[in-house]
Amino acid sequence: MDKIKTIVAKEWAEVFKNKLVLFSVLFLPLILAMIPLVMLVVFRQAGSSAATELNDPEIMAMAGALCAGLTAADCTIVYTLNLFVLMFMILPVAIPVTIAAYSIVGEKTTRSLEPLLATPITTTELLASKIIAAIVPAVLATWVSFGIFLIGVRLLASPAIFAEFFAAQWLLAILVVAPLLTLLSACVAVIVSSRVSDPRVAEQLSSVVILPLILLVIGQSVGLILINRQIILLMGVVVLVLDAVLLWLAVRLFQRETILTRWK
Amino acid sequence: MIQTDNLTKSFGDHLAVDRLTLDIHAGEVFGFLGPNGAGKTTTIRMLSSLIAPTAGRATVMGYEVGRDDQQIRRHVGILTETPGMYERLSARRNLTIFARLYEVAEVDRQVEKYLRLLDLWERRDDPVGEFSKGMRQKLAIARALLHEPPVLFLDEPTAALDPEASRLVHDFIGELRSEGRTIFLCTHNLDEADRLCDRVAVFKTHLRVVDTPGRLRRQVYGRQVVFHLAGPAETYLGLARALPFVGAAEADGGKLILTLDDPEAHDPDIIRALVAAGADIQFVGELRYSLEDVYLQLVKDDTAAAA
Repeated sequence: MDKIKTIVAKEWAEVFKNKLVLFSVLFLPLILAMIPLVMLVVFRQAGSSAATELNDPEIMAMAGALCAGLTAADCTIVYTLNLFVLMFMILPVAIPVTIAAYSIVGEKTTRSLEPLLATPITTTELLASKIIAAIVPAVLATWVSFGIFLIGVRLLASPAIFAEFFAAQWLLAILVVAPLLTLLSACVAVIVSSRVSDPRVAEQLSSVVILPLILLVIGQSVGLILINRQIILLMGVVVLVLDAVLLWLAVRLFQRETILTRWK
Repeated sequence: MIQTDNLTKSFGDHLAVDRLTLDIHAGEVFGFLGPNGAGKTTTIRMLSSLIAPTAGRATVMGYEVGRDDQQIRRHVGILTETPGMYERLSARRNLTIFARLYEVAEVDRQVEKYLRLLDLWERRDDPVGEFSKGMRQKLAIARALLHEPPVLFLDEPTAALDPEASRLVHDFIGELRSEGRTIFLCTHNLDEADRLCDRVAVFKTHLRVVDTPGRLRRQVYGRQVVFHLAGPAETYLGLARALPFVGAAEADGGKLILTLDDPEAHDPDIIRALVAAGADIQFVGELRYSLEDVYLQLVKDDTAAAA
């Protein structure tokens, strides 16, 4: 455990000196929390008539159960903010990529991997520390960012709207599914990082894991799907299975000898 | 301390190390010499349990490579070909990380000890990225020693260092030897090997020869003694050749160069014979070939044999 703590602390000390990582961990979550809140302020300032103008019957039809018990104006706001809340699910996938993609390939490029592997650290300890170093900031950033959003909604919107976001569906998504997504993203990034020789290639390849979530955001924004509790639960189960497979794969694919001798 | 028995490593079709058999004693500084691509680094990687042998076996301190890898990693220190430091972190932070990974009991004390010993204490909080090559190399040596390993693998410890930094590293290796550590030294610097090593091996995929530098010289060139005479040495060539213990004799201006099995025993006889024959002897000395001469001769023989 002490070795894992040591590597995690080392990763953070190194990685947070990188401005891009700092931006993605500190500012990106803040920006994502602020955009829906700014929209909420705009809705409030526009007044109920403007909100009603946005109240397209087609949207109302698609929103379906989402708007049960809400006024038409509140429903429009909830529907619009829902699109942004999905963005909070992109954070736990995007942040680990910027941290973990560099983790192994960075050690290769600085030639610190060989002395590191010469220590009595096991492959499991090494990979666990690289993954933990990537997921903890991502999970914290996601939670803090969603927390800021919730506080903002509580202050700026009606209790009915707040209740829509402080609900089991989104709490499940942010508190349970988001960490699972973070683990998935970190595993993919570590696997890619141990197979390539260039940090940029590692980051670009790892970024592919964000695509399914972007498709979800687009799907909801064009009215193809509506994220509900069932979809989030299903997503959680699928990601959990994928996490287990990827963790096993990460350890299997991390061949010390191949990494030292083949990938130069 | 380190034993290998037909240790072999192939990468696909490429044979990197071929049936290497060695026995390195405790407290010995063992030089491992060979040209680029000879398989020296591969050997070090196998012996420090970084990569697995394809065939054969090796033990380090009684632990078997491939079976007791964690134990081997705990008990050996390795200086890799390139220092490989975390450049954004300070020297102290770098060493602290590795001290913890090596499960050192008193981390701060060990880190301070080696930073001071290698003259890096004043720069302890500076990022390693600001260090010169020599300072990085010293830091890498400190890292290899933090857990006080009885066995040290040093891969080109003075490569790319200026003479002053090289001298410091040589002195430090001397100190490590006096502490009784076993040192496996890969180097291209034959003068370094000559000065520091108890025995050297010449290696190019397979082991060419292993012995003390002195015995290797004798093996390749024999022992040659030069008698500096006041007149032309040619005059005394016949006399020298007639002596039963002289292996070969040649004259070069005022120098009479004789190959002898045992110069300590026969020099007085030769001096007496030369003086009796009227030679004015100015001084006598043993002709010393450098290890570089010996190495180049061995590699040349090897290449010729392969051809």
